[in-house]
Amino acid sequence: MPLSATFTRLCLDLLGAANVVTEPERLRVYECDGLAAYRTPPDLVALPETAEQVLGLMRLCREHRVPVVPRGAGTGLAAGAMPVTGGIVVGLSKMSRILALDPLNRTATVQPGVRNLAISEAAKAHGLFYAPDPSSQIACSIGGNIAENAGGVHCLKYGLTVHNVLQVKLATIDGELLTLGGPGLDAPGYDLLALAIGSEGLLGIVVEATVRLLPLPPATRVLLAAFPSVEQAGAAVAAVISSGLLPAGLELMDNPAIRATDAFVHAGYPLDAAALLLCELDGLPEQVAADSERAVAVLAAAGASEIRVADDADQRKRFWAGRKAAFPAVGRIASDYYCMDGTIPRKHLAQVLRRISEMSAEFGLAVVNVFHAGDGNLHPLILYDSGSDGEFAKAEAFGGKILELCVAVGGTITGEHGVGSEKIPYMCVQFGAGELQQFLRLKQAFDPDGLLNPGKAVPTLHRCAELGRMHVHRGELPHPELERF
Amino acid sequence: MAADLSAELRERIGQAAASRTPLRIVGGNSKAFYSQPAADAETLAVAEHAGIVDYEPSELVVTVRAGTRLAELEAVLAEHGQMLGFEPPHFGATASVGGTLACAFSGPRRPFAGSARDFVLGCKIVNGLGEELNFGGQVIKNVAGFDVSRLMVGARGSLGLLLQCSLRVLPRPETEATVAFPIAEPAAAIEFMNRLAGRPWPLSALAYDGVSVRARLSGAATAVRAAAANIGGEFDLGGDSFWQDLREQRLPFFQQRGDLWRVATAPAATQPELAGAWLIDWGGAQRWLKTAESAESVHRACTASAARATLFRGDGSPTRTPLTPELAALQQRVRDAFDPLGVFATYPD
Ligand SMILES: Cc1cc2nc3c(=O)[nH]c(=O)nc-3n(C[C@H](O)[C@H](O)[C@H](O)COP(=O)(O)OP(=O)(O)OC[C@H]3O[C@@H](n4cnc5c(N)ncnc54)[C@H](O)[C@@H]3O)c2cc1C
Ligand SMILES: Cc1cc2nc3c(=O)[nH]c(=O)nc-3n(C[C@H](O)[C@H](O)[C@H](O)COP(=O)(O)OP(=O)(O)OC[C@H]3O[C@@H](n4cnc5c(N)ncnc54)[C@H](O)[C@@H]3O)c2cc1C
Repeated sequence: MPLSATFTRLCLDLLGAANVVTEPERLRVYECDGLAAYRTPPDLVALPETAEQVLGLMRLCREHRVPVVPRGAGTGLAAGAMPVTGGIVVGLSKMSRILALDPLNRTATVQPGVRNLAISEAAKAHGLFYAPDPSSQIACSIGGNIAENAGGVHCLKYGLTVHNVLQVKLATIDGELLTLGGPGLDAPGYDLLALAIGSEGLLGIVVEATVRLLPLPPATRVLLAAFPSVEQAGAAVAAVISSGLLPAGLELMDNPAIRATDAFVHAGYPLDAAALLLCELDGLPEQVAADSERAVAVLAAAGASEIRVADDADQRKRFWAGRKAAFPAVGRIASDYYCMDGTIPRKHLAQVLRRISEMSAEFGLAVVNVFHAGDGNLHPLILYDSGSDGEFAKAEAFGGKILELCVAVGGTITGEHGVGSEKIPYMCVQFGAGELQQFLRLKQAFDPDGLLNPGKAVPTLHRCAELGRMHVHRGELPHPELERF
Repeated sequence: MAADLSAELRERIGQAAASRTPLRIVGGNSKAFYSQPAADAETLAVAEHAGIVDYEPSELVVTVRAGTRLAELEAVLAEHGQMLGFEPPHFGATASVGGTLACAFSGPRRPFAGSARDFVLGCKIVNGLGEELNFGGQVIKNVAGFDVSRLMVGARGSLGLLLQCSLRVLPRPETEATVAFPIAEPAAAIEFMNRLAGRPWPLSALAYDGVSVRARLSGAATAVRAAAANIGGEFDLGGDSFWQDLREQRLPFFQQRGDLWRVATAPAATQPELAGAWLIDWGGAQRWLKTAESAESVHRACTASAARATLFRGDGSPTRTPLTPELAALQQRVRDAFDPLGVFATYPD
């Protein structure tokens, strides 16, 4: 159902014409997020400038039963900020001020539209930084990070968003402002802060956040280790972790990724290596020296054919250049790629990578692997050609098989990109009817009419049965209790 | 001791739901002082539901049944040079993993390593309908569905029974050393601790007992030595037992007369105006107060300085800085989402 003229007028009254988008050509900007293959044009985009305006919008939407899709910077990769028909998008980009920086308490209080990297840039003057660093950090917003529980290269050591946020102000669909968490390290009552983080805009809109800042480590060293097989690189990841080292980052690139990125940024990677590990160590200079000595020994024992060590900023930058440019580099060798996101226990890395390459042959679609190995967080990039009929559907089916494989070895269907609209069918692979029902009851406690980001993240059981594609998991039919359609 | 009683526990909760009998979950019962007694509730004992289900040192993950004794788990981890990063207090030899997580207690390492909930990767629970449900998993990164496992931490059994949990563990540091700095004034101590914490020293604990600020340093021996030389202070050879006695509330401070309050606040916040003795942990974020003042005046003073107070051990019934009406109402709806029939008789706040 299209939005009523009354509702549009009320939005204009509340926000002013400059903050309401209704022209079809301007609405197009908001029809998708970073997963451009999924699009829906919004009916109206509201761009509030204050928390009060967000609360006002929520009251309007509740009263008029209009669905609300929150949107940060739109860099999400699971179509979580994709609009829904008959609903509005609430874009938080105009709420982009750093409200306070408190060096003694080591916190920053920011509006939701502040870019992730802007926080560390502001904190740098005090020798501090904000640890979670998604690769999209120059663009993505802290509100979006909270909604997705974003992680990055450094989260192996420094944790995810959930470990680094102290307080969130959440606008509920009732138009109330809740303060979750607090200025200290904990707060009374249930840990609703942990629940809000990663809730993909289904429980409320983040209108303010207080994040923890950490002291900048004085020394950093990056090791680059080449391996003659992906299996050995996978085993080296487990060996590094079990040796008691806690690297700041531990990333893996397979041979196609090495070739693609080297051709793009000329990082000087060994082109014949089957896999590369990048291992970053940070801390006091003495700690880094002790850790890298141990890391070199562990990597060598794990079969590395070559180990390079970068100490100064220039060298480090060169080592990281290829990893950081991986996505655009792959964009040059294929017209399109579909980026998957699943997590597995590290011990299964080698086995899962082997299976993915077998499936690549079965589907006839190439795969490039570059990912957060230390966390077991895979990002297979499935190459396809959107101009070729049916190839995207094939890529999607292949991606689905990868997610099922992740779950089968004890992992999950998404490590950091979220479920959004994209992975809704696979929620039914990871969870049973009981868990899904529990999620839905929890959602109801916050949003009884289901107006917040509907159709995302948590499927209805009915949808599961519909989308379940009758796939058989561990020899069992999923949800045998449900009727099939 | 090590047995899987999931089926019995599930059945018992299902029956309680059918007959509307309130249950009080009891693990090792070491933290009974911390929960509201429910007069008519039947005891649901979970201590026998114990045992380490899966432990992969190379994955830094352990999965345990909730009744497992904390001391037993820690001993097994120590054999592999690993530990629970949140350094939980035991408050007694029978402390269970489930009770520890349900109370969300974390020790001195908390500001530097993370809290109990930060280390929970997943859990299996039985909700108030008697349904066994599985949330989270065994991997660090996972954003599928709502983060129910972390919500369970600190809910003190009011949302469901924790059957089994997967926890992230940490390697034990190669070396630890404690340095002490005599400082007379609490305000100066608070500022000193926060200046230290703003620098990249390998800190793993930071507390003030009214006489000295103590800082624990952890890491490679060379790094600990270098940091200690740089920040100065006197080596405290009794450091290890100090941190353990602080964690277990065995320091002389805790033996004084009066109610014991826990005050949670921003680490550098000024001290609330209250008469009594203070002991400051977590670099300032967790402050213990021994006082004869009434609950009302404690809450008034704490609210005025944006702090939150909990009567931890005292003569009166447990009292906490109240939630706002909106939060209290939401909390009740969340509770109803897990336990619509009101089977679990402990009240969260
Ligand atoms: C090249 C590239 C690399 C990436 N690398 C990483 C990575 O390393 N790690 C990682 O975790 N992610 C990564 N991502 C994914 C994405 O950047 C993150 O998920 C990010 O957190 C999204 O932030 P955003 O502001 O763009 O949110 P959006 O895309 O606008 O929204 C994401 C979700 O959050 C909700 N939302 C947004 N703002 C709010 C708010 N204020 N309140 C409530 N809900 C809100 C939306 O409804 C939507 O469901 C990458 C993306 C790209 C394009
Ligand atoms: C000051 C002090 C007093 C003591 N007093 C006694 C005493 O009177 N009697 C005695 O026997 N021992 C006592 N002890 C020792 C004690 O028995 C052990 O240390 C203890 O059993 C550990 O309890 P617990 O951690 O399992 O938590 P519990 O005290 O059993 O439970 C704490 C909270 O967690 C909840 N909970 C527990 N398990 C779960 C679960 N699996 N899922 C969900 N919620 C759960 C409970 O409902 C409760 O709200 C005392 C110790 C101290 C320090």
